[in-house]
Amino acid sequence: MTVPLLELRDLATHFPVRGGVLLRARGTNRAVDGVSLTLDRGKTLGLVGESGCGKSTLGKTVVRLLAPTSGQILFEGQDISKLSRRRLKPLRRELQMVFQDPAESLNSRHTVGNLIEEPLIIHRVGTAAERLARVHELLELVGLPASAAERFPFEFSGGQRQRISIARAIALGPRLLVCDEPVSALDVSIQSQILNLLLHLQQELGLGYLFIAHDLAVVRHVSDTIAVMYLGRIMEYADADGLLARPRHPYTRALISAIPSPDPNRRSRRTVLEGDVPSPIDPPSGCPFHTRCPHAEARCRSERPALRQVARDGATDHLVACHFDL
Amino acid sequence: MTDRALLEVKGLVTAFDTEGGRLRAVDGIDIRVEHGRTLGIVGESGCGKSVTALSIMRLLPQPMGQILEGEIRLEGVDLVQADRDTMHRIRGHRIGMIFQEPMTALNPVHRIGRQIAESLILHKGFDKRQALERAVALLQRVGIPAPEVRLSEYPHQLSGGMRQRVMIAIALACDPALLIADEPTTALDVTVQAQILELIASLRSESGMGVLLITHDLGVIAEQCDDVVVMYAGRVAEQAPVRQLFAEPRHPYTRGLLASIPHLETPRKTRLPTISGMVPTLSALPDGCRFNNRCPHADDRCRREQPPLVRTGPDHHVACHHWQRIASEPTP
Repeated sequence: MTVPLLELRDLATHFPVRGGVLLRARGTNRAVDGVSLTLDRGKTLGLVGESGCGKSTLGKTVVRLLAPTSGQILFEGQDISKLSRRRLKPLRRELQMVFQDPAESLNSRHTVGNLIEEPLIIHRVGTAAERLARVHELLELVGLPASAAERFPFEFSGGQRQRISIARAIALGPRLLVCDEPVSALDVSIQSQILNLLLHLQQELGLGYLFIAHDLAVVRHVSDTIAVMYLGRIMEYADADGLLARPRHPYTRALISAIPSPDPNRRSRRTVLEGDVPSPIDPPSGCPFHTRCPHAEARCRSERPALRQVARDGATDHLVACHFDL
Repeated sequence: MTDRALLEVKGLVTAFDTEGGRLRAVDGIDIRVEHGRTLGIVGESGCGKSVTALSIMRLLPQPMGQILEGEIRLEGVDLVQADRDTMHRIRGHRIGMIFQEPMTALNPVHRIGRQIAESLILHKGFDKRQALERAVALLQRVGIPAPEVRLSEYPHQLSGGMRQRVMIAIALACDPALLIADEPTTALDVTVQAQILELIASLRSESGMGVLLITHDLGVIAEQCDDVVVMYAGRVAEQAPVRQLFAEPRHPYTRGLLASIPHLETPRKTRLPTISGMVPTLSALPDGCRFNNRCPHADDRCRREQPPLVRTGPDHHVACHHWQRIASEPTP
């Protein structure tokens, strides 16, 4: 059996919630609360959920921008969840991240060339001339002219800036890229350009992606497998087509039916969920979804359903965290 | 459609004076909203869709923004010529508006009840008690539980979806004839978006008001609108009833947009069709057709001559020199 690129075992990231004059901890935000997932080399694991479900916290924890509270992060079999900064540094070459808003993630005082070269300098890669050649190569790889290196981020459009942040993220030749909403700040006509670029880079470089987004149609298009998150937990996990075609968790079903379809002949008879996502600081007892679930019974309020296998789509287990076979 | 439209915009030109000169954000557009119908305006950032809404409300940032040409007739009254007092009587009374970000549109230091009551006192001459009673009814109508309690709460105590419901309650307080919704659900989660869109649709059918819905989301357009205007760089590229537009898009921009969004049926991990290049900035618009530098069909004529919006079928209008040839090709 080959070792997966990334394996999360019962991963949790909690934050203390402080308040009052003395900023004493008054509670705990259980942003990620017991997540187990696997991603194979060169594949894409899509992570969907609504705001506050913990998907960005999970992404940042995977690349160790945040320290997990408990659980394991196995990167190619090695547990990186407790590594010190110094021990982590060589691993930064393997694990990189692309953020939602390139206007914020690129320092506007640096030239594009400097921004892309910076990780190479930090990791002492090559001579100055070699690094410059690498910067030009990276720019062309992401579809920008080599001359872009001398210009500043603000001279570029949103889509081009996202290409620059992708070039920087892949500069050190990582094997895992965490993409946190990489297209949601972009115009519709630009989104497909960036999605195509990510697909192309995956083929060329064999990158594995943890692709975080709220748009299920976008996530399905780029992903091999998809995990649906709600209040810090995985509600459903399956092959990307299997999840969309045969969703088994009531939350996934509601999420799919809520997507407005760009086809006026298919105005859906949708299941509109009542209410909002509850706070992760004081999550509901039992199943976290029971407050909005149309099928909830007494058992759901008291007993938390485990993530269990209900089917198999090809090589992928179809997992659902629900007491019922709906 | 011989009778008078609820809203009729003709030849609207709105410009901003900037350091780089005068930029025409909206450059000669015609739109029409009928009673009881929803017109969607769809387009990308900078296409002029929000400026169109602000022009109708006469809420353009001053002194930079101004309407240079055209007329905006609401129930026959030309809003372009209207004075301050007239606009005060129309805003919040005949036209209600909801914005993208309810947290910035609501006043954080005033209680919800007061913010709803304000327009009722101003426009309907209610006293405070009547206005608050009506506010409770409005909150109930937009689906807010325990409205009496919410009345004395502040915006920060509500969730994003609840705040947008409050915004809708304020917009509808005086039974407006026209509701302008500018990206009303863009800041909301998809399950909450579904609730809000459903609410707007049911309120429209109850009250018979016309709705002008501005969005970048073609899915929202397909589900909510009767008619659609596709805008690009300050102009109308295409205009049609919603089914017609999605079944037979005739402008290369519309066709490109529709093709580029991943559908649930698109084979996974395949290359998506794209529109090359990017939306031009207003200060560097190409000559001729504004889409010519991104259009796969562009020729010399497109680079020289601006295409007029022509009628290509019942209620279907397209601004493209080559729409006939392009429309005969299979939809990408």
